Amino acid sequence: MGDNPSGSDNATAGDLGVTGRHARGAGTGVAPGSYEEPPFGGGGALPKKTRFGMEAGFRGLSVAAGAMVLVIIVAIAVFLISKAVPALSANTENFLTYKSWFPNETEPKFGIAVLAFGTVLTSIIALLVAVPIALGIALFLSHYAPKRLATPLGFVIDLLAAVPSVVFGLWGRDVFMEPVRNFSAWLNEYFSWIPIFGGDGPFGRSVLLGSLVLAIMVLPIVTSLSREVFMQTPGMNEEAALALGATKWEMVRTAVLPYGKPGVIAAVMLGLGRALGETIALALTLGVVFNISFNIIENGGNSIAANIANSFGEANETGRGALIASGLVLFAITLVVNMAARAIIYRRREFRDSAA
Amino acid sequence: MAKRIEASNVSSYYGSFKAIDSVSMVVEPKTITALIGPSGCGKSTFLRSINRMHEVLPNARIEGSLTIDEQNIYDPDVDVTAVRRLIGMVFQRPNPFPTMSIYENVVAGLKLNGVKKKSLLDDAAEQSLRSANLWNEVKDRLSRPGAGLSGGQQQRLCIARTIAVEPQVVLMDEPCSALDPISTLAIEDLMFKLKDRFTIIIVTHNMQQAARVSDKTGFFSIDKTGDPGRLIEYDDTQKIFSNPTEKKTEDYITGRFG
Repeated sequence: MGDNPSGSDNATAGDLGVTGRHARGAGTGVAPGSYEEPPFGGGGALPKKTRFGMEAGFRGLSVAAGAMVLVIIVAIAVFLISKAVPALSANTENFLTYKSWFPNETEPKFGIAVLAFGTVLTSIIALLVAVPIALGIALFLSHYAPKRLATPLGFVIDLLAAVPSVVFGLWGRDVFMEPVRNFSAWLNEYFSWIPIFGGDGPFGRSVLLGSLVLAIMVLPIVTSLSREVFMQTPGMNEEAALALGATKWEMVRTAVLPYGKPGVIAAVMLGLGRALGETIALALTLGVVFNISFNIIENGGNSIAANIANSFGEANETGRGALIASGLVLFAITLVVNMAARAIIYRRREFRDSAA
Repeated sequence: MAKRIEASNVSSYYGSFKAIDSVSMVVEPKTITALIGPSGCGKSTFLRSINRMHEVLPNARIEGSLTIDEQNIYDPDVDVTAVRRLIGMVFQRPNPFPTMSIYENVVAGLKLNGVKKKSLLDDAAEQSLRSANLWNEVKDRLSRPGAGLSGGQQQRLCIARTIAVEPQVVLMDEPCSALDPISTLAIEDLMFKLKDRFTIIIVTHNMQQAARVSDKTGFFSIDKTGDPGRLIEYDDTQKIFSNPTEKKTEDYITGRFG
């Protein structure tokens, strides 16, 4: 991820350098007036560079493709803002702090606080569960499992990524809820002194269920990307660690994990991106309650995307605008998360670049 | 505290392929021993068998016995990581850890050994870098990435990293083959200096290098591709290069190989 900007910088610089040299070469090499037309490929003058060819064509195409990204992003932003602003100005409560969602009333009242909180909470719990497991699987696949086992197992994990989220949602709601409800009741019985496991029920359609389903959904992305990075660890660095007297785990800690760290961060951020934006699985598994609570086992929880899916159908003009405004907030959250990830990756950049 | 290495009838395998056949040699403490021979003749395999790096590769195994000061390196009860701490290794291509600074690279082995005290690590880093003739070049930029050094400096950094854990024996697998002549000379000077403290075994393709640095030389060869490599002759370096006993050795060192 972090390499792209510098890579394209280099490409441009090199490109200019080449063109520059050609121009100079032709200028000094050809004696002026010696030839009417430069002979092609023969001795004497150097052939002139072609003015309009494939080179210019491809450059045009790639510039257009690059520009298109900007155009799309701007178009989306304009759309979101133009729809959101009227609804926001019609809002009779503070959008950032109000804890309910009644945008379809004649006096619209809605606030993002609960939804943003629920989105972040479910995603963080999902990552807390998924990332350690995913890294464990990735390390097992890349460094511990015999090849005969690693290849099919990796394939199965990738297959998990191909399951549509609505299937995960339905499975979570109809199958997975029962064990999660029992587990929640058990947690509540023995650990109710910890606030997140408190409450008197009912349990089941809770933040915990949503987060666990999310965790299963982000597991394959984080696993397969991390496995790729771990497998790219230079063999000579692994050998260096072993030759210093490292055990296998110490070798992993010395050579594999530090080398893979930027890639793992990128993988986690992609997983977080998926978790934050996940819609239907959460719409099906969360209890859809509007309050801010750290209790993760009682029925409840909500998220921006799930709320959009649940209330878009019955929303009026202002209601839709309000939902779009909430989408804008989701966009801002993912943007912040991504920038934080980049910052972490860039910080150790010097080390990675010199290694490459 | 250098130690003596004794190999008797060592054969190394990759799966069913026999890479070296019954190699026997004794390496005395505080000497430099050079292993020469054509590519694919098993020099590196033999070297990697000494510190049990050979078995890192899947299905690799050895037969015969290898001892360090009479203790069996391949004893099933012996901790393999302890063997590798005792017998350090420098590789063909410089391989500093890319994510670590110069300082972190040098003390990496010590940290693996559980040394945590900053003052101990600092001292060890300075001493090892001085021993590796690298201190003056890097003392002002210890926190810069190790991979940012030149090839020759990186290789000396790897040597510093290897000797920081105070091994008894240092194995070098063509340590200069990726380096220019000046860096090569720097490493050769270093080997002479290290000889006072360590037993050194070096694999090299450069016969002048073997003649310059080593006390003893072992010549490995194969009859044809697919055959296991054998130790053809092992003697004082001077004798090998002036008056070898075996015709094959003479052919090789005079450039009439094959």
